[in-house]
Amino acid sequence: MTVRAERTARILKKYGALFIMTIPGVLYLFINNYLPMFGIVIAFKDYNFAKGILGSDWSGLKNFEYLFKTNDAYVILRNTILYNAVFIVFNTAAAVGLALMLYEVKNKILARTYQSLVLLPYLISMVIVGYLVLAFLNVENGFVNKSILPLLGMEPISWYNEPKYWPFILVIVKLWNSVGSLCVIYLAAMLGIDREYYEAATLDGANKGQQIFHITLPLITPVIIIMTLLAIGKILYADFGLFYQVPLDSGILQPTTNVIDTYVYRALIRLGDIGMSSAAGVFQSIVGFALVIVSNYIVRRIDPDKALF
Amino acid sequence: MAKNIFYRSLMHIALTLSALFCLLPFLLLVAGSLTSEREIALSGYTFFPKELNLTAYEYLWRNSDQILRAYGITVFVTVVGTAAGLLITAMLAYPISRRDFPIRRQLAFYVFFTLLFNGGLVPTYMLYTTVFDIKNTLAALIVPYLLVNGFFVILMRTFFTSSIPGEVIESAYMDGAGEFLIFWRIVMPLSVPVLATVGLFVSIGYWNDWFNGLIFITDSKLYSIQNMLNRMLLDIEFMKRATQTNLTSVIADLPSRGMRMAVAVVGVLPIIAAYPFFQKYFVKGLTVGAVKG
Repeated sequence: MTVRAERTARILKKYGALFIMTIPGVLYLFINNYLPMFGIVIAFKDYNFAKGILGSDWSGLKNFEYLFKTNDAYVILRNTILYNAVFIVFNTAAAVGLALMLYEVKNKILARTYQSLVLLPYLISMVIVGYLVLAFLNVENGFVNKSILPLLGMEPISWYNEPKYWPFILVIVKLWNSVGSLCVIYLAAMLGIDREYYEAATLDGANKGQQIFHITLPLITPVIIIMTLLAIGKILYADFGLFYQVPLDSGILQPTTNVIDTYVYRALIRLGDIGMSSAAGVFQSIVGFALVIVSNYIVRRIDPDKALF
Repeated sequence: MAKNIFYRSLMHIALTLSALFCLLPFLLLVAGSLTSEREIALSGYTFFPKELNLTAYEYLWRNSDQILRAYGITVFVTVVGTAAGLLITAMLAYPISRRDFPIRRQLAFYVFFTLLFNGGLVPTYMLYTTVFDIKNTLAALIVPYLLVNGFFVILMRTFFTSSIPGEVIESAYMDGAGEFLIFWRIVMPLSVPVLATVGLFVSIGYWNDWFNGLIFITDSKLYSIQNMLNRMLLDIEFMKRATQTNLTSVIADLPSRGMRMAVAVVGVLPIIAAYPFFQKYFVKGLTVGAVKG
């Protein structure tokens, strides 16, 4: 036996059990994550069911050309990016504001109650959220049409048939759904601030407002920047449940509710249009990957500890 | 001082309003499910129905076969998926955490890369349906997407590295214990905190999942509770059929407006009832996850 082979045999003998332990996980990630990565080639092929993925003819960038000629491509790209951008701004502002207030609540039980309640919407599935929104917006029996609009002297609105209202509805629902989880993160960052800063500031006669603007906010700014950059890295990925369940999968609402993820789903499952759906999906994967790399690079420049890699 | 009290009250009012904003939709849902069909038709879903009415629940109770079946599937999928997922995740994370393991860096990268890049829905769907023929099987609700998440592998790796003393493993090894025995009898018991946190998030993921059912399941016998609710939400005819097991009842009597809310209450109740018990771990998990993988 050569020295090299001997060494390999020794390693295998010592670490064989550990190697075996990793097999299920490695295999799972290979099937669930790596094989689909190679499946990206579908987007560059003229997919034919009879010939299969590998046997289908190459079509170059044809699928992408077709996709970007459609009006859909513009709509879904615009919707995905704009919604996510608005979500980032509103959710961050609300979460930081809420965290600032929760930080000041000294009564433990009260603080915990507030926190539990704002986190509650984050815990339930988007299907349930669909029901909750329906209870408010149902045309015939919804709370808004039956109780609020009459109070204001307004006519009932057919919410599920009017695309123009949905940017507002979706922003509110998203805020409702995710402000709690973001708030918990910012609150944790605030609780990590050394109390001595505040004690010193109080001795110097700084009031609460000054403490917030000169101590708390500056010290959690890195966390805000990092969370925002990470969110920007995912700006091409929409919350599928939000855009699919909450508008009840309505076709009429698509001008303001269709995003990349819902488009890919409908093109694939409803229409069986492999070309268009894979082109949109691959666009999302590749540009999304570039965005993650860039945003992580910036995060690393700010705070190496917070970077993903 | 007076100014201070003024601001504090203002703050508590703002916090109370925020909490109400988060809570009110649930109250409307419950109130709606307890309102009589006639009252809903007349004045819509309200927070304060004139009288409490249990017709929708009685109806669901009498026709509960489908719902119970869907619950059974959800419980099965959650238990099996969480147990298998935790075990596979820990078995992958532990060798990566061992400083002497030869390919730990390569494996860590192999896990990590799955968080950065993915092939998207189309290749995943085609792989699972054509190669593995997973459509309309229970495996479709357990395996795709949810079983092992690279993020949790890294989380556990970090815990193992920082919280399990190398000497403990070393001395067990000297005593002649095999790697599997060390993993099972020493590493796992010492890792209850991280197993609980990851297990909580994995099980909530399974309990709330409707996406796998949406794309892989067409046979309503295999619907999880979320898929059943999903179908009922988008398709009111389906709800009527699904809750119409005894043919003697007349479809016109169906309290469909109240029932729509009642099924959602039945669907969301378990997780809300369990919430106070796992709230602490949930909050901890959220912050751990945000800080560093």
